[in-house]
Amino acid sequence: MEHYTMNLTLKIWRQQNTQTPGRFETYPVKNISSEMSFLEMIDVLNEQLIKEGKDPVAFDHDCREGICGMCSMYINGRPHGPWQKNTTCQLHMRAYQDGDTITVEPWRANAFPVIKDLMVDRSAFDRIIQAGGYISVNTGSAVDANAIAVEKDHADAAFAAAACIGCGACVAACKNSSAMLFVSAKVSHLALLPQGSPERKTRSMNMVAQMDKEGFGACTNTGACEAVCPKGISIENIARLNREYMMTGLSDD
Amino acid sequence: MLDAKIPAGLLEQKWNYYKGHCKLVNPANKRKLEVIVVGTGLAGASAAASLGELGYKVKAFCFQDSPRRAHSIAAQGGINAAKNYQNDGDSVFRLFYDTIKGGDYRAREANVHRLAEVSVNIIDQCVAQGVPFARDYGGLLNNRSFGGTQVKRTFYAAGQTGQQLLIGAYQALERQVALGNVTMHSRHEMLEVVVIDGKARGIICRNLVTGELERHFGHAVLLCTGGYGNVFYLSTNAMGSNVTAAWKAHKKGAFFGNPCFTQIHPTCIPVSGDHQSKLTLMSESLRNDGRIWVPKQKGDKRKPNDIPEDERDYYLERRYPAFGNLVPRDVASRAAKERCDAGYGVGTTGQAVYLDFKYNLINKYGRAEANKLGIQNPDTDTLIRLGKEVVKEEYGNLFDMYEKITGENPYEVPMRIYPAVHYTMGGLWVDYELMTSVKGLYALGEANFSDHGANRLGASALMQGLADGYFVIPYTLGNYLADDIALKAIATDHPAFVEAEQSAADRIAKLMGIQGKQTVESFHKRLGKIIWDKCGMARSEKGLKEAIAEIQALKKEFWSDVRIPGIVNGMNPELDKAGRVADFIELGELMCLDALDRTESCGGHFREESQTDEGEALRNDEQFSYVAAWEHKAEHQWALHKEPLTFEVAKPSQRSYK
Repeated sequence: MEHYTMNLTLKIWRQQNTQTPGRFETYPVKNISSEMSFLEMIDVLNEQLIKEGKDPVAFDHDCREGICGMCSMYINGRPHGPWQKNTTCQLHMRAYQDGDTITVEPWRANAFPVIKDLMVDRSAFDRIIQAGGYISVNTGSAVDANAIAVEKDHADAAFAAAACIGCGACVAACKNSSAMLFVSAKVSHLALLPQGSPERKTRSMNMVAQMDKEGFGACTNTGACEAVCPKGISIENIARLNREYMMTGLSDD
Repeated sequence: MLDAKIPAGLLEQKWNYYKGHCKLVNPANKRKLEVIVVGTGLAGASAAASLGELGYKVKAFCFQDSPRRAHSIAAQGGINAAKNYQNDGDSVFRLFYDTIKGGDYRAREANVHRLAEVSVNIIDQCVAQGVPFARDYGGLLNNRSFGGTQVKRTFYAAGQTGQQLLIGAYQALERQVALGNVTMHSRHEMLEVVVIDGKARGIICRNLVTGELERHFGHAVLLCTGGYGNVFYLSTNAMGSNVTAAWKAHKKGAFFGNPCFTQIHPTCIPVSGDHQSKLTLMSESLRNDGRIWVPKQKGDKRKPNDIPEDERDYYLERRYPAFGNLVPRDVASRAAKERCDAGYGVGTTGQAVYLDFKYNLINKYGRAEANKLGIQNPDTDTLIRLGKEVVKEEYGNLFDMYEKITGENPYEVPMRIYPAVHYTMGGLWVDYELMTSVKGLYALGEANFSDHGANRLGASALMQGLADGYFVIPYTLGNYLADDIALKAIATDHPAFVEAEQSAADRIAKLMGIQGKQTVESFHKRLGKIIWDKCGMARSEKGLKEAIAEIQALKKEFWSDVRIPGIVNGMNPELDKAGRVADFIELGELMCLDALDRTESCGGHFREESQTDEGEALRNDEQFSYVAAWEHKAEHQWALHKEPLTFEVAKPSQRSYK
């Protein structure tokens, strides 16, 4: 790849804490290499702010290889920026040109309150998992791993759903801040496997109830979530969740 | 004298004997006992979940926003287990033997045998939890091979095995949270261990959102806080991965085992510039199907696809015909360094070698698919098209990751790779029960030193983390707590808690008061460069002595000129980072000291003074068949305790993969 450097203007959301209202601040950054990742560019800005005696921008990040799901920037109106199936940490600066202005915001959703600057509280996702996103099996009580054969197609589909990293981009992209893609990915992962079958009915009911309680909005099937999902989780999962949920209400055993 | 408390009896009977004779805690008493678990990766989450299931009152802590983010999630290739589902000759004994040999005879036999025994239970447990491992068309589990072995015993989920295993453990943990058996504290960092009457009884931690210091009591404390690879600044670890919890334990009396045993992974995406904040691994599983080569001609500037077959040096296949591209990590890393140092490296920096998939894509996968579809005499394009589909299923996410970082398509162009710091075999010294030299303080997973010797084999880290958490600690912790059932929770206004909190507060105040000129990040980078250059892939007496002097000077400079912005009573990521870097600086010194003391080469620890004529690591079993367990005495002062290693079953020999 051809290497180049660029000067950019960043408009970044700054907010001291959950209670204080936030605002955009504008910062110039210079000599950004096209080989840097987006977060490395923010590192450059922060080093600059520290040297100027200012407060660096707080943002969540950890693995920087697209799998922990911690990074969460809303870049020029799109969660995780312009690339498809991508997280912010994997976005590289060759996506931008010299002179560009980039606007960076936190995830916006009532269920994800801002903690500081670009950092939000996603513990609602943990509580949804607590409501039923698991198979109830204690350590030590498992049968031999090959005792139950699983159709390869089902196993593959379960894996595709289980690839969700819980970043919350789906919620951030949705006009209703719905968490349906997240919830449906977990329900699908477990419903597609024979091991998850005994708890199918209570799982979808309890997880959806918790989702509503957390203040996530309703799903209107616009597909904005799927379009921005870094792991390409399909909205077919939402259809599957709806079927699972309906079955729960229809059967009386 | 260090007592590893290894049970008597034949190697293969030790763990069974232990389980049959250890003390138990009855269910009613378990509910009165509180256990602190720090870190929620594979070891921590599996331990917290399993102990919660047993009825203990568990408090778990992690610095991330959710336990699901721990860096175990980034493990790619797989997890080993002696299932022998492939009928290719695997057994508990072979997994044990491969691990001891792979670790270059510097691991404890009893621990490693136990690890191999419980490996089969781990796979059963994970499948029951819904971990979607790769399967064959018959619906049964699939395996792949990894370095340092000649059987296929690695279970995997594409290139996301760690993610799937962690989600399994995380879900089990959240289930216990829902049931009220585990209380989860996210965005918390442990800053002190509280020791009362010689036993670990709690921790002090900082709430990373409010900045408050908190006191938490536990009848026992489990550190599951991962490795210290970030001492090198650039590593495949997550940005937040740190040694702080382990280091605080060390300073409270826990010995640090084999700190110089670090793993440099052979296949990572090379450094592209000074801005680099971390390195990205390309799974070892890629060496199943990728062939590693450099041009035969020095400084060859042609594009890789323009270099004809007979002008390529497949140096691993040439030097190690028996294992070829699947030699252990330490061997592969040194071989890459050797070629690059000799001037055969590729890419703009010359610090890279090629990992090429074309051969297997066409000849292995393409042909197999063509056969399945009944295509006679397929042309190369067809083979490439068919092969790509299979390679995509096996490694799709890794190829995508590579392309996002480098902008090059690895289906078409060979990957450029170079070794990078990945894992630390060293860690807190623990006995057979995973207890450190402080009573009631345990270390699990990568945080302890125990099972990998001087080099960890691929797909063994996940195995060890889960073995410790699911199947070892539930037994060994009971053996300790059985004597504590009468002890009521100690109030956190006990002087030991007050003192520990004060010490954490003083240190924070000291750091914030420096108000110097240089950023925390700049110190971390400088430390990393010293360690990488002088305590990295090759170490020498001269280099290590220089490194120790440089690190001591760096420490002085840090404590007089670091600049930390922001406030104490609130969120302050720079302050958190400063505390971690301060601990890395001290650890760095100990690593060099340990490397200096061990004048032999073994596994990932390569002393230039100790090599064979062919440049392989030369062990010295007479002098160094021991675990180096370091006791902290005072600033820059440690005392060395040796735990002798005896090999009754796997007799040490010169490791050969030729």
